[in-house]
Amino acid sequence: MNFRMMLATAGRVLDQLRHDRRSIALILVVPALLLTAVYFLFENEALPAGVPRTFDRVGLMMLAIFPFVVMFLVTSITMLRERTSGTLERLLTTPIHKADLLFGYALAFSVMAALQSLVATAVAYWIFGLDIKGSPGLVVMVAVVNAVLGVALGLFCSAFARTEFQAVQFMPVVVVPQILLCGLFVARSRMNGFLEAVSSMLPLTFSVDALHEIAGNSTATAAMWQDVGVMASVVLTVLVLAALTLRRSTP
Amino acid sequence: MGSQNAPGPASGLASGSGNGTAGPSVESAGLHVRRSGTHILRGLDFTIPPGRITGLLGPSGSGKTTLMRVLVGVQRISAGTVHVLGRPAGHPRLRHEVGYVAQSPSVYTDLSVESNVRYFGAMHGRNRSDAAEAIAAVGLEQLAGRKTGDLSGGEFSRVSLACALVSGPRLLILDEPTVGLDPVLRAELWDRFRVMADAGTTLLVSSHVMEEASHCASLLLLREGLLLAQLTPAELSRRGGSEDLERAFLNIIRSAKSGVAP
Repeated sequence: MNFRMMLATAGRVLDQLRHDRRSIALILVVPALLLTAVYFLFENEALPAGVPRTFDRVGLMMLAIFPFVVMFLVTSITMLRERTSGTLERLLTTPIHKADLLFGYALAFSVMAALQSLVATAVAYWIFGLDIKGSPGLVVMVAVVNAVLGVALGLFCSAFARTEFQAVQFMPVVVVPQILLCGLFVARSRMNGFLEAVSSMLPLTFSVDALHEIAGNSTATAAMWQDVGVMASVVLTVLVLAALTLRRSTP
Repeated sequence: MGSQNAPGPASGLASGSGNGTAGPSVESAGLHVRRSGTHILRGLDFTIPPGRITGLLGPSGSGKTTLMRVLVGVQRISAGTVHVLGRPAGHPRLRHEVGYVAQSPSVYTDLSVESNVRYFGAMHGRNRSDAAEAIAAVGLEQLAGRKTGDLSGGEFSRVSLACALVSGPRLLILDEPTVGLDPVLRAELWDRFRVMADAGTTLLVSSHVMEEASHCASLLLLREGLLLAQLTPAELSRRGGSEDLERAFLNIIRSAKSGVAP
């Protein structure tokens, strides 16, 4: 692994993104707009005293889910282009190590994800008064880890798509089940045994769990770090799997 | 490019056996490639001399691109041996020393010319001035800041070439680099190739246009995965019985056909 090649790759990916102003605007603005929609959706709910607002629960989880979905899409399309345009094959004839390439991608998109979740978290806190006990910094951290998970899965899935159309179709397969089962719609304790078991194997579940810990405690808990640790190891595993899909030579 | 011959920091140590003047740049013996049931290369024996331009000529579908991909190490071989600069083709150490320009320009269309060249240069530890030199070598100084996707076809393929030149490779493999270029540019590129060869770079250039053979010091004639001949352009016109290299090539194909027992 060569640090300079990794940084050069991250710089190149960000440079490509920089030329695409519309995508940057969509990445930064859309989550904030959707949060606004969620806020007004629950604006008039009647709550008994002491019960937290739905926005505090759902809005918080959305902060973690946006970067996952967006980075999955952006990465799988970018990587697919790299595969079909011949630039990937060309890169692999140079001394670059596969890890430099993959971590370069992960680094570039986590920078974007950090910006995205800073905007979304700021909107949630300052405009809509998101009320949680823990620190917003931890929320941003979980969002970035989620984004890197999206990047890793996107890099991996791009190997199984031949066209951009196919790549987009991986979203219902990979992303939607995780959103359905992560505890956003139905608490995991109220799922049937099978779904709960599946849910406990999906990485997004751990980040939602981590957010619950952050929402309920004023300091970082051991359970939260454990969730983040599980996420990080899933990310590394998927990145290794993605590296296996990069072949320097064809049979 | 002044730094052409200077071995990279990594290549100076153990490259004695494959070093420039010592032996051939490429040595192939009994090379076979089969891909999904098709026998693409059928037993090639040849050598490529160092510091010269070797032309790889043959009709489309004759296996030129596959052979080049073997030398770069992206195509696995089914049988035989291929040595490039003294090491088996595809050896990790060769990634610093072999430059490859595929037939379709493989560059990032959403980046500027300069960003493309600098990125590929960074893979070889090259800096900004190396990149500027490579861009100048293909005559794109004026367009260095332009987005690659906005360039014309000929400019676009020169960006791809610059991305290979930036590393200062000892062996440069170019798949149909002059396709789609106007005659002036084509002549300029061949001049550029000759300068590089004179400075010690080995070039393997494929083409299906026989006129281009006259620019090469040595020719490999490929047809249906077989090596018809390895010769100089002068020998080609003598053996083919024509000053017109295209006609000479056709004559050699015809005699090769009639020479094979039905």
